[in-house]
Amino acid sequence: MDQLENEIHPKILEALLSAKNDYTLDDALENEMVLNMGPQHPATHGVLRLLLRLDGERIIGCVPELGYLHRGYEKMAENMSYYEYIPHTDRLDYISPMANNVAWVLAVEKLAGIEAPKRAQYIRMMIAELARIASHLVAIGAFAMDVGALTIFLWTLREREKILDIWDILCGARFTNSYTRIGGVANDAQPEAIAKAKWFIDQFEPNLSEVEQLINTNRIFIERVDGVGVLSKEDAIDLGFSGPNLRASGVEFDLRRNVPYLCYNEIDFKIPTYTEGDCLARYFLRLDECRESAKIVKQILDKMPAGPVQANMPKKVLPHKDEVYSKMEELIHDFMIVNFGINPPEGEIYHAIEGSKGELGFYLVSKGDGHPWKCKIRSPSFNNIQSLPKLVIGHLISDVVAIIGSIDPIMGEADK
Amino acid sequence: MDLNTLIPQKLKEKFPATDFVISDYKDELTIKFDKIFILDVCRFLKTDVDLLFTYCTDITAIDWATRKNRFTVVYNLFSLKHSFRLRLKADVDELDCKIDSVSSIWKGANWQERETYDMYGIKFNNHPDLRRMYMPEEFEYHPLRKDFPLMGVPGSLPLPKK
Repeated sequence: MDQLENEIHPKILEALLSAKNDYTLDDALENEMVLNMGPQHPATHGVLRLLLRLDGERIIGCVPELGYLHRGYEKMAENMSYYEYIPHTDRLDYISPMANNVAWVLAVEKLAGIEAPKRAQYIRMMIAELARIASHLVAIGAFAMDVGALTIFLWTLREREKILDIWDILCGARFTNSYTRIGGVANDAQPEAIAKAKWFIDQFEPNLSEVEQLINTNRIFIERVDGVGVLSKEDAIDLGFSGPNLRASGVEFDLRRNVPYLCYNEIDFKIPTYTEGDCLARYFLRLDECRESAKIVKQILDKMPAGPVQANMPKKVLPHKDEVYSKMEELIHDFMIVNFGINPPEGEIYHAIEGSKGELGFYLVSKGDGHPWKCKIRSPSFNNIQSLPKLVIGHLISDVVAIIGSIDPIMGEADK
Repeated sequence: MDLNTLIPQKLKEKFPATDFVISDYKDELTIKFDKIFILDVCRFLKTDVDLLFTYCTDITAIDWATRKNRFTVVYNLFSLKHSFRLRLKADVDELDCKIDSVSSIWKGANWQERETYDMYGIKFNNHPDLRRMYMPEEFEYHPLRKDFPLMGVPGSLPLPKK
């Protein structure tokens, strides 16, 4: 124990050893062991560190340690204008940056009282749903890879590449997009991007079925995740689970349906739910959501209205660069917005979207300045990781890997 | 009845001695009251059959820098039954930087309070495991306080021992 205290901070060790558990030990001194997992562990999805207390191979205590990717994004937001912060939202959930962009601009628009035109809202919905598919494909692939089925990762990434290509056409970046703007999107969706999205949706369903067949007939995969890491409905709500993980525990809750934003109330879609609440249910749910999202994108592409993609509010919305270079008035507005910000009125708002990992919300307090007085990121991964001790206790070490993979945490978002 | 009027009415009936300041900005109901009532009010909001705020979305704080009551602790609650958001606020002074923990009501509040403690230095009474969330345990400062410089404090984060 003395040696342990040199390696692990005493307070963390205390939290680990004081955790109550229902498992009795025959001989504590003989069996107990503290195992450090991470932060540089291939199966922890980034820099998540877990301290596990083991009885043989069975886990009787678990303390997650966060902060290895803490960059202080909330502090930075307080010293930045609302426009400047858009690229930083890319780095939160770096698997689906488009969804973060949408969440941020929607929060700012609510604070400043801006409404984006219809076409911009449809484009935002399209990219948010494509981001969900892209994120779930990584989640499914990485989950299967964690459990030992390596091929699936390549298959899902192949599909994901196609979505990144769409984003490449849309905004010139594949990964850190920063495509949305306050009051609209950076540029109109090109016909090539729309055509590519159409093509992608048409060929996506059979390809996803292929992936599904490959996993569902893999007996090792199914037996390793079936019934592992069960979280009941009540616990899931109590622990602040959100997104696919919450729905896999039997709560039919989706912000797109329950607190509609953008134009989701014009779209017909189902909310898949499972009642088992185990790793397998979480995997099935992500598959179903991919299919639903594909259907939503299809409807969006059919219904996409024509029109402008930026709100006509010159004092709040950045003008297009061509106009800045050729018109005096626009140049002045551009100068004012870039140098002094958009100065939303004094007040506070909370706005959340159904991101790919769950409820991604921004709580903003404005004092009437160009930069927020306070910005709080309500990140789904942070709240999802909180349930890890509850999920892993009683399972084996190898199950920890499966459970982490199934709740799909992204540390960029959890650590901010 | 509309929840915007029902919640203040119910709270006033249940806690006649408390002074509730109710505001409604952009359709978001905010209720502010003294911090000593936080535990009772939260328990009432969660268990009352008409309200059922079973989901604690987020807990954070605001640093007002120069104000008398320097911090405000903010609770964003959500009722899954009614799809309704509610925000609770309670002022905390710098000299008495403590508030009761609500982690006994919502388990999910545990980490959110730890994060608030880490970032603002507000202590939560009766919290089961009040450690820092992101910063190392040896770190002396609370980064989201307004007097913490954006560039950080040189030397405040020592490199780990070899």
